[in-house]
Amino acid sequence: MSDVVERTLSALPGLLGQHKPGAGPGDAGGPGRVSGGSRLGSLVRSIAALTSKHEEEKLIQQELASLKAAVSAPTTTLRLMKECMVRLIYCEMLGYESSFGYIHAIKLAQQGNLLEKRVGYLAVSLFLHENHELLLLLVNTVVKDLQSTNLVEVCMALTIVSQIFPREMIPAVLPLIEDKLQHSKEIIRRKAVQALYKFYLIAPNQVQHIHDKFRKALCDRDAGVMAASLHIYLQMIKENSSGYKDLTGSFVTILKQVVGGKLPVDFNYHSVPAPWLQIQLLRILGLLGKDDPRTSELMYDVLDESLRRAEINHNITYAILFECVQTIYTIHPKSELLEKAAKCIGKFVLSPKINLKYLGLKALTYVIQQDPNLALQHQMTIIECLDHPDPIIKRETLELLYRITNGQNVIVIVQKMLDYLKECKEEYAVISLVGKIAELAEKYAPDSEWFIQTMNAVFSAGGDVVHPDIPNNFLKLLAEGFDDGKENNQLRVYAVQSYLALLEEERALYPQKFLQVMSWVLGEYSSLVTDVDPEVILTKLHSLLKKTSVTSETKVWIMAAVTKIASRTSSSKTVDKLIQEFSNSLDTCMRQYAFELKHLCEDKALMKKLLLFDASCNDIVVDASLSFLDGFVAEGLGRGAAPYKPHHQRQEEKLSQEKALNFEPYGLSFASSVSSSGITGRQSPTGLSFASDTSGNSAETGHKETNTLKLEGVRKLWGKEGYLPKKEKIGKEDEPQTVSCGGLSAGQVRDPPASQADPAASLSEEDREKQQLASTLFIGLGSNAGVSLMGKADTATQKFKRKSKMNEMQNIEETSDFQNCAALDFGPLLDTIPNNMEDCEENTQIMLRKASLCSSDIVEENFAFDMPQFEKNYRLDDRLSDHRLSQSSLFASSNIEIFQPSPSAQCESASKAPLVPCLPEELEEFTHSEVVELCQNDALALYLCKVWTNDSLLLTVFVSNKTTSAFNAVSLVFEEAEDFQILESFTHQFPVIEAQSVEHCQKCVWMDKISTQGVISGSVSYQSEMETCLEFSITLSLLDFIRPMEMTTEDFGKLWLSLSNDVKQNIKMASSQDSLSEVLSTLQQKLKLHIVDIIGNEGILACQLLPSVPCLLHCRTHSGMLALWFRSPCSALPDGLLYQCQKVMEEC
Amino acid sequence: MIKFFLMVNKQGQTRLSRYYEHVEINKRATLEAEVVKNCLSRSKDQCSFIEYKDFKLVYRQYAALFVVVGINETENEMAVYELIHNFVEVLDKYFSRVIMFNLDRVHIILDEMVLNGCIVEMNRNRILAPLFVLDKVAES
Repeated sequence: MSDVVERTLSALPGLLGQHKPGAGPGDAGGPGRVSGGSRLGSLVRSIAALTSKHEEEKLIQQELASLKAAVSAPTTTLRLMKECMVRLIYCEMLGYESSFGYIHAIKLAQQGNLLEKRVGYLAVSLFLHENHELLLLLVNTVVKDLQSTNLVEVCMALTIVSQIFPREMIPAVLPLIEDKLQHSKEIIRRKAVQALYKFYLIAPNQVQHIHDKFRKALCDRDAGVMAASLHIYLQMIKENSSGYKDLTGSFVTILKQVVGGKLPVDFNYHSVPAPWLQIQLLRILGLLGKDDPRTSELMYDVLDESLRRAEINHNITYAILFECVQTIYTIHPKSELLEKAAKCIGKFVLSPKINLKYLGLKALTYVIQQDPNLALQHQMTIIECLDHPDPIIKRETLELLYRITNGQNVIVIVQKMLDYLKECKEEYAVISLVGKIAELAEKYAPDSEWFIQTMNAVFSAGGDVVHPDIPNNFLKLLAEGFDDGKENNQLRVYAVQSYLALLEEERALYPQKFLQVMSWVLGEYSSLVTDVDPEVILTKLHSLLKKTSVTSETKVWIMAAVTKIASRTSSSKTVDKLIQEFSNSLDTCMRQYAFELKHLCEDKALMKKLLLFDASCNDIVVDASLSFLDGFVAEGLGRGAAPYKPHHQRQEEKLSQEKALNFEPYGLSFASSVSSSGITGRQSPTGLSFASDTSGNSAETGHKETNTLKLEGVRKLWGKEGYLPKKEKIGKEDEPQTVSCGGLSAGQVRDPPASQADPAASLSEEDREKQQLASTLFIGLGSNAGVSLMGKADTATQKFKRKSKMNEMQNIEETSDFQNCAALDFGPLLDTIPNNMEDCEENTQIMLRKASLCSSDIVEENFAFDMPQFEKNYRLDDRLSDHRLSQSSLFASSNIEIFQPSPSAQCESASKAPLVPCLPEELEEFTHSEVVELCQNDALALYLCKVWTNDSLLLTVFVSNKTTSAFNAVSLVFEEAEDFQILESFTHQFPVIEAQSVEHCQKCVWMDKISTQGVISGSVSYQSEMETCLEFSITLSLLDFIRPMEMTTEDFGKLWLSLSNDVKQNIKMASSQDSLSEVLSTLQQKLKLHIVDIIGNEGILACQLLPSVPCLLHCRTHSGMLALWFRSPCSALPDGLLYQCQKVMEEC
Repeated sequence: MIKFFLMVNKQGQTRLSRYYEHVEINKRATLEAEVVKNCLSRSKDQCSFIEYKDFKLVYRQYAALFVVVGINETENEMAVYELIHNFVEVLDKYFSRVIMFNLDRVHIILDEMVLNGCIVEMNRNRILAPLFVLDKVAES
């Protein structure tokens, strides 16, 4: 192997343009290499000769100017163009933009012969990005080349498609590429699969219908094609591993064959069979076997074989071994394999080769939480790595230690981290390390003093790059406190003392964030320290304010601290001085603070009320309705002032006034309401009338609203007379705290120093030091403590258990429902409720966060809210034209295949199994699914029937009691689903279900986020001898929420123009569906679309997603293809429906 | 996932760059300069993987030339390390000793091996096959 490296080494400088003096232009290369780099060569050489960046810039600008002239000259041949393109690539590579050449790259790809074309494509892929507008110009060339008879051209086209292709143009090439999957040449098939992988990455919906073709590619007779398909599978399995468990056997067989050397020899790399392919397969197996004992079972053999076969001493074998170890530790464990994998890790860690050591540490870090004993085995190596001259090794070691930190070794480990932090300059590394130290300190701090010291180090070393969460969390911890009140105070006192000591150093410079933390703590808690005169503290803060190094943001923090301290002293010279000084400050912010302080100081009583001690966690209730101004407003209105209009309303009115005269006749109210509901109306002349109409009214409604604002439950703190004094302390409704601050249970822990006492005597001084370090680092790791290591969030060892006082108040209301229901369920076990409360709190917080995160969805939701208006009008129209929509008429007119059990059939089934439920009569008139069993146990059985009513999906759940005794208080709870909205409530209570009888409940469901399929799960709990819970899940399809939408051709046309999101796709029609009307009736039956009209070979259909998002479809047939064109106000809906169409068409 | 593939000489001049995630052209130069600085600061007995910002660099040195690959944490460092070597061996196989600068062909070879940040082909014959055909056509 060293021979190869040698040769390569000598060849490379030549390759990279360090030109041999003898070789002139044209005398290049071996056989078949075309010269052409000559001018590039000279450019490269002249750049290499330059000494300054400035000269380089000048030269390249010159070069670019001449290139610009060359590419736009009409006389330039394609061959010359190709050469220019390579030089342009070079210039861009050096960071000089050459956008003038982009269009020429596209042209070259279009017009050039083979090599020129390839270079054109290459330049395009290097110059343009995914969303570049010029990319659209390439599509035609790609389509042409894909159909070329020259395989090289097809190859190029496939390559560019798999590198860069506009998402919206995929339908144009997809059928061509699908055809290529059957090509006789492996390279074409392989590249076609790669192109499909690209499509899967950028538009998974568009290739959903060809999943079976991926399977074919996986079974391709050529290993290269199969390997290409693995990329798609890795991606799909990453997203949803449960869908591909059936392929485990195939992957295992393939890996077996590869490992067994069954592939052609040229797949070998240094005599190792297809190593990268092995790695890919191992990754896939890891994902499939994770948390799945049955699937894992299938792969134990092949993993064992992989470990055994990888014996050659070469880097690539180690790469495979590393992957193997990761897979073994990812899947369901098997002790025999784990043992071998551990041995393997040992080999890595102990290797003298530094790269292997790194991999060993990485592997160790990965497995350490499952097997802390492994860390004990290698403790001496880890210690050595900790002092390794290579900082990368050190950093990896610290990462490892971070994972094994516990209450006993935290001091040593954090010290090591701080040491590293001092040497480390790289900002990113500092941020991540500081975060870890702060986390460990908070979790495992042995005492307050250490905690504060460590956090001081974090803030000093982390500087201003620390993540803002760190100071925030730290202050929150101090403010909220934890369970032990005494320790709580001690921590605060210690913090104040240590900051005062730090500020003693006049010349020391602290990071701004640290100063902010200090000033907040001093402001809040300095009064806890009784032996320090507040005046001293104020002086210190004052001198800080005068420093130029302190930013104005920090000054505000300091001012706030001064204000708080001032409220607790009777009078202070420093404060007076400070007010005087800053009342004339040029910084307006500071000036305002000074004024505020001045006025507050004049009214000490108010100041005390305002700035309560330790009140940072108390909720401040703001009277957001500004009701104390009601009198003022009424007075104003009485004097004839105009009522207040909110900003958006004023804006709207202004817009509507600016519009020109309307010459169009007023159209149907239907169209106008659509355009006014915020759709990008392209032609909405009638929209004006509606908009101005609403704004005319809304001044009134807005006013009404302010009068009726709900004030129940809002405590008034600020009222007409100003601040309303507190009558009762709110925070008093104490929750029973069941979690106690866990002490350290030292008894459980093995004691390493004792076991190592003897050998230590014979060791040298240095070794003894290491031993000592080892014993302190690895204390608490061992089989006994192993269990607690598994979960990092182990609360028992956590020092500072947060109380989360902050959110208690708001959540009490929200959680009360939950509490009630918990109380029902648990009966006398009341002391479990606080725990539930905590869970509940978390939940609500998550919900809140979610709500704020999905603001993008809100747009669509808003639309949905707007639409009922539209629908109403639309119905009105229909009524006018005397097409009353009775509830079943929609379905009746479109003869949809839906299960309608005949009464006799029902009787039969009823007599056989008396407990199989049937739908209540009032629902029978709707179309509905069959009643299917969801789940059952000995006592209960659950059945489901989906009822498709006109305005929602009605899930009817039947609970049947199979036993001979009645059940009381059966509750059915749906889990909150991301994609669906369950109207009214998530729960249903059956007070009693008699023996051998069936009860049912109904839930209306809407789809919130459009997806082809989703699951709502839930559970039924009831009380028998013990608490029992039966879980179920219901699969809902997009089609459950699609309803036909009746409209006239004219209305269709209007709505079509007003919609902006469209999706087009061509589908091959099966031979059985030869006419358009047949296809349309299939779509009508299966997808519940309404056929609006059929004209010649075109048809238009309409449907709506509940509650009221319309989607229009335009179909056209031509030469065996069906062109589908969807439009909808919601972008995801056409994609979803397209997928359903494809499925339906394929089924036929 | 491979984020970028770089060839840089000791003077810090870029010889080849291919990005698999879009990076603004003016940010590339700074990134490349920092990457080289990082690689140059390391001695031969230090490990070939560097943690850099939120990704990793895997580098190999051939005489005065560094080949540096930026990867994310899902990638196997050693496999990428050997990818570099395979790439160099393929170049060595294709280009004979006395050659000119052939930026386009190096790119064409790399495109056969790495696509969308994935290692797609490592079989040397197959990597070079399309290029050989192009050469043959150009010759005739």
